[in-house]
Amino acid sequence: METRDLIIDDSEKGMFRFHRSCMTSKDVLKLEWKRIFDKCWLYLGHESEVENPGDYLRRNVAGRPLIFVRGENGDMRVFFNTCPHRGALVCREDEGNAKVFQCFYHAWTFNMDGELLRRPDEAGFSELADRSELGLTPPPRVDSYRGFYFVSFNRDVEDLNTYLAGAKEYIDLITDQSDAGLKVSRGTNKYSVLSNWKLLIENAMDGYHLLPVHKTYFEYVYDLVKQIPGQSPFSDWRQLGTVRPLGNGHVVVESPGLAGRTVASWNPMMGEDTREEIETIRERLVEQHGEERTHRIADTNHSLLIFPNLLINDFIFTIVRVFEPTAPGSTAATAWSLAPRDHSPNLLSQRLDNFISFLGPGGFGTPDDVEAVESCQAGLQVGEVEWCDISRGMHREALSFDELQMRAFWRQWHGHLMGLGRVNTMDPIPVGKES
Amino acid sequence: MQKSETHSLREEVEDFLYEEAEMLDEWRLDEWAALFTEDARYVVPTTDLPEGDPDQDLVFINDDIVRLRARVKRLNSRHAHREFPRSRTRRFISNVRVRQVGDAELEVTANAQVYRFRSGEAGPFVGHYRYVLKQVDGGLKIRYRRAVLDEEAITRHGSLSIIF
Repeated sequence: METRDLIIDDSEKGMFRFHRSCMTSKDVLKLEWKRIFDKCWLYLGHESEVENPGDYLRRNVAGRPLIFVRGENGDMRVFFNTCPHRGALVCREDEGNAKVFQCFYHAWTFNMDGELLRRPDEAGFSELADRSELGLTPPPRVDSYRGFYFVSFNRDVEDLNTYLAGAKEYIDLITDQSDAGLKVSRGTNKYSVLSNWKLLIENAMDGYHLLPVHKTYFEYVYDLVKQIPGQSPFSDWRQLGTVRPLGNGHVVVESPGLAGRTVASWNPMMGEDTREEIETIRERLVEQHGEERTHRIADTNHSLLIFPNLLINDFIFTIVRVFEPTAPGSTAATAWSLAPRDHSPNLLSQRLDNFISFLGPGGFGTPDDVEAVESCQAGLQVGEVEWCDISRGMHREALSFDELQMRAFWRQWHGHLMGLGRVNTMDPIPVGKES
Repeated sequence: MQKSETHSLREEVEDFLYEEAEMLDEWRLDEWAALFTEDARYVVPTTDLPEGDPDQDLVFINDDIVRLRARVKRLNSRHAHREFPRSRTRRFISNVRVRQVGDAELEVTANAQVYRFRSGEAGPFVGHYRYVLKQVDGGLKIRYRRAVLDEEAITRHGSLSIIF
């Protein structure tokens, strides 16, 4: 099948379909590696994960082993984790603090800025050889936005600011929660899922599946809410919220944080003992940002997709997730929890507790999402049925529980596969409804 | 004398752990939840941070008795989709050690393999347990159950949808 035929985007009929080989074909995955993962900006990590000079951690991005380092003068550094000498992994511990990296194979030693410091039998090497070429190699591009670090293996990629487009506004709303900055908690969710990576992206942005798939979670919350006098279970919340394509394949779903937010919208579910702290945070936000922006920071949940594979769900907790393909039907998922540095122990533990009650391998939600996407992957193997449909809301101004967020992702995905660069990701205005 | 007393204490604890394993393998989850005290905790740290503290670190599971019962209610329903249809599990508990820590409290460690089979997926979760057991009314109750996985990531089974 030709790449251009993989998507049917038919605004006249209000129908959007993708060919199932997008989820099952090795050729499509090869093209994704070449035209998306080798071309775009990709999430590496958060600055708080390497706090002090000499702190380092290992991370794989698009199949490349990398070292994320806080250098000797406090600058952030990123290197390919491979010795310039014979190729061995220079760093073989997942994280730590060090003054040097020493390759265990022949003991070449590098400082935290990646420069070759020394090697056994220095006299055995010509003095004419250029020593600057014998340091650790950084990826072609490294940049950050408000503490979030990205790399690109494409030297010619547009700068990160331009790439992030409308997503910056939402990263701002999330980071403005605290003056003290955000911090990634220790403890990482790492799990493998037997589905295409795009099924996980779709799932993470999908409001349509919540009630059928997560009934047991909502029952659990309902049982807790019932016990609080004067609290009634949420009504009509399914219809609330908006979805906004942000350019470049990024997209956000905004909805009211009805269950409360530790920044900074108190709810009886959080207990009386948190009320004062949350109200104080809110007062500070209003002072700094005014009522209207405080409302957006404090009372609004955000599900933000940064193309291609970074998701930030900012609810009562904040989860940062990356889904990386390992095969057409297999994905490595990684997730972290992010919280304001200046949260009290009580608020921090509430965030963590809310996170794990729903998300992660042992939550009440994630296992059933894994079941859903793996079930899709199994069904998608049927070659005789060729198309999947994500048309919901295409004939109207899409609601947050519609499927515009997936269509926006798929349109940019298709644009990259076609080599078109940035494309329009909005739903076209239906024929006859143009103003 | 001292030795045989210790020995019989361990036998009692082993019996308790084997019974717990049987309850879980036979999906008698209500009975399992009844093994816990009202102030109990069930904790599973993440694979990258076995020492994780649920108050300040991200863990996989940190259930008090309310959420533990909710977990059981969920797993008993037809709507815990990852476990409906249910998986088959088989537990092997070994290397049991017991230490009396208070008047009526025991600290127990054990190794575990929990095999899970479903939808073509097969393989064990491997790790160890740390329990604090309370001696009450001639029997034992679980006050703390920390289940630590040895895997570097959840690479099989996609999640931890069963009780480990």
